[in-house]
Amino acid sequence: MSGSLQPIQPADSASGSSAEQQLVAALRRGDETAFRTVVERHHRSLVRLARTYVSDPAVAEEIAQETWLALVRGIGQFQARSSLKTWLFHVLVYQARRRMKREGRTIPFCDLEGPTVAPGCFLPPDAEWAGHWADALPDWEGTPEERLLADETLHQVEDLIAHLPERQRQVIILRDVEGLSAPETCGILEIPDRTQRLLLHRARSRVRAGLDAYVRGEDGKPA
Amino acid sequence: MTCQELVELVTDYLDGVMPAEERARFEAHLADCPYCTIYLEQIRQTIRLTGHLSEEALPGEITALLLDRFRDWTR
Repeated sequence: MSGSLQPIQPADSASGSSAEQQLVAALRRGDETAFRTVVERHHRSLVRLARTYVSDPAVAEEIAQETWLALVRGIGQFQARSSLKTWLFHVLVYQARRRMKREGRTIPFCDLEGPTVAPGCFLPPDAEWAGHWADALPDWEGTPEERLLADETLHQVEDLIAHLPERQRQVIILRDVEGLSAPETCGILEIPDRTQRLLLHRARSRVRAGLDAYVRGEDGKPA
Repeated sequence: MTCQELVELVTDYLDGVMPAEERARFEAHLADCPYCTIYLEQIRQTIRLTGHLSEEALPGEITALLLDRFRDWTR
């Protein structure tokens, strides 16, 4: 297995927490429970991210599995210069890019300019309050938290993310699903900080708009 | 600052990368605008909900398959 240990950009996150040190030590011993813990924590997002590079879900699953193999093979040399999570995503992106090149695929360019909230939501330029909200926004706080956290709402979020352009998807997966920092995300995706933030902004705005339509019951389901 | 301008700045605001003067104008607008306050809160809720995706259980058969692989790899 080649390419299991990429040079990693210095990451800023605390990687030396004692829980993480124990997890890494257990993985080095070949402890199955520790492996299960990291798999249950990160496998879905590894596959999610792989899907932005390759179109075939089975190939995405394979790339995630190659990443786990790289972990098993490479954990002995893992140095806590980054968190284990950051390291996993670095490896996944390396493997996924290699696969994408082999398939001759490239990720389409993603527009970074233009409004992220439909201009129709705001009063027109000739109005007295031009550029202010045309209608009241519903307060989601009035929506029971249980409903927002229901499986159905989470499926909605998953679906909204799945329909974002690839580059937006990559950033929202790392920043908001996995909770990585902006510098970690930039290091993994090899993009500048400003680009990262513009992509995240577009992604969050779209997911918010989709959720808002969902909460208002505009997707045909009862509100 | 209009509402339409504010909504394009929420990510810079939440990431804390806004120049002090722009931040002051952003917060002055928020203090005065209930809808933008709701919008910002919706963005925060969107981020929280998105974060919950990482807690979803992995289907048992995938866990089982990966554990099988693990046993092969460490044999």
